[in-house]
Amino acid sequence: MSTSSTVVLVLAVFGASTVEMVEALTIVVAAGVTRSWRSSLEGAAAAAGVLAIIVLAVGVPLIHYVPINALRVVVGALLLVLGLSWLRKSILRASGHKPLHDEDAIFAATAAELATPGSSSPAPKRRDAIGFSVAFKGVFLEGMEVVLIVVSLGASQHRLGIAAVAAGAAALVVAAVGALVAKQLSQVPENTIKLAVGIMLTSFGLFWVGEGAGAHWPGSDAAIIVLIGIFFLVTAGSIAWLRTLQPSVRLEPSDAVVPERVDE
Amino acid sequence: MKSVSRAVRAFGLFWWDFLVGDTPELLIAVVLLVVLALLLRHHHDIAIVLLPAMTVLFLLVSTFRGRQRDGNRGDPPT
Repeated sequence: MSTSSTVVLVLAVFGASTVEMVEALTIVVAAGVTRSWRSSLEGAAAAAGVLAIIVLAVGVPLIHYVPINALRVVVGALLLVLGLSWLRKSILRASGHKPLHDEDAIFAATAAELATPGSSSPAPKRRDAIGFSVAFKGVFLEGMEVVLIVVSLGASQHRLGIAAVAAGAAALVVAAVGALVAKQLSQVPENTIKLAVGIMLTSFGLFWVGEGAGAHWPGSDAAIIVLIGIFFLVTAGSIAWLRTLQPSVRLEPSDAVVPERVDE
Repeated sequence: MKSVSRAVRAFGLFWWDFLVGDTPELLIAVVLLVVLALLLRHHHDIAIVLLPAMTVLFLLVSTFRGRQRDGNRGDPPT
């Protein structure tokens, strides 16, 4: 495996983890502010632990027991589904045809939900089951896509360790940034990161599907860089073209208040 | 027992949402790409051109479909 594809792997995993962890952090902060910081952080830590166990339990057997070509086709297909889906969504958002993901709105909605008059508000330092479970669920659900990417990319290139470290580093960076600027999560250029990661995942996915099926890409791993270039050009062209068309969805502030899905 | 069935249901829902979600056409596209890759495994020159070209086509179709669908859902009546 060449250095360039390892670099792309690290960037893809780091970027994907950053996007998902920003979304998870929004929920953790909302649970911490409205319920209990202790329970919220415990829930997040417990979810991170479960996700790490899943990476080990699924990733290691995949590397050792599944034939590499079959693994690459399946992994490539999963990466393609995820990559194309992220790319499509990012193109629509960047061209103004879909509302941007709004962390402030998600924070407000989650905080309002957790602070409803009917729900009991615990003392900030006490343990709180609701705060724990909301934070656990947020980190676990957002983290599952990261696990999928880490296991897929790591297993298909026999770089599970590097992929896991890149994901962990992203989680730490986001947590550190979140601790410093907890209320400025909306400043993270989430759609741009998602777009870049979508291009990388799609390129990796297509490369592995072809390679696993028996096709030989010219230049071997260097073909990934070429594929990234192709998808970058297509993405840039699509955004430019769609911007010339009138947005088919009216992007009013109210669109951003209720996110269509918290984990998108 | 209840918690097990809930976990299984959540697991199934995750995969359904991940693979199908609101873009079933992308799952179909990826299946077609895999089939195409397997069919062209002995024709490398064609595969390395056709696979990226088809992927780009599927992406553009799905993006355009998404734009139209959101438009139908979000446009005010005129």
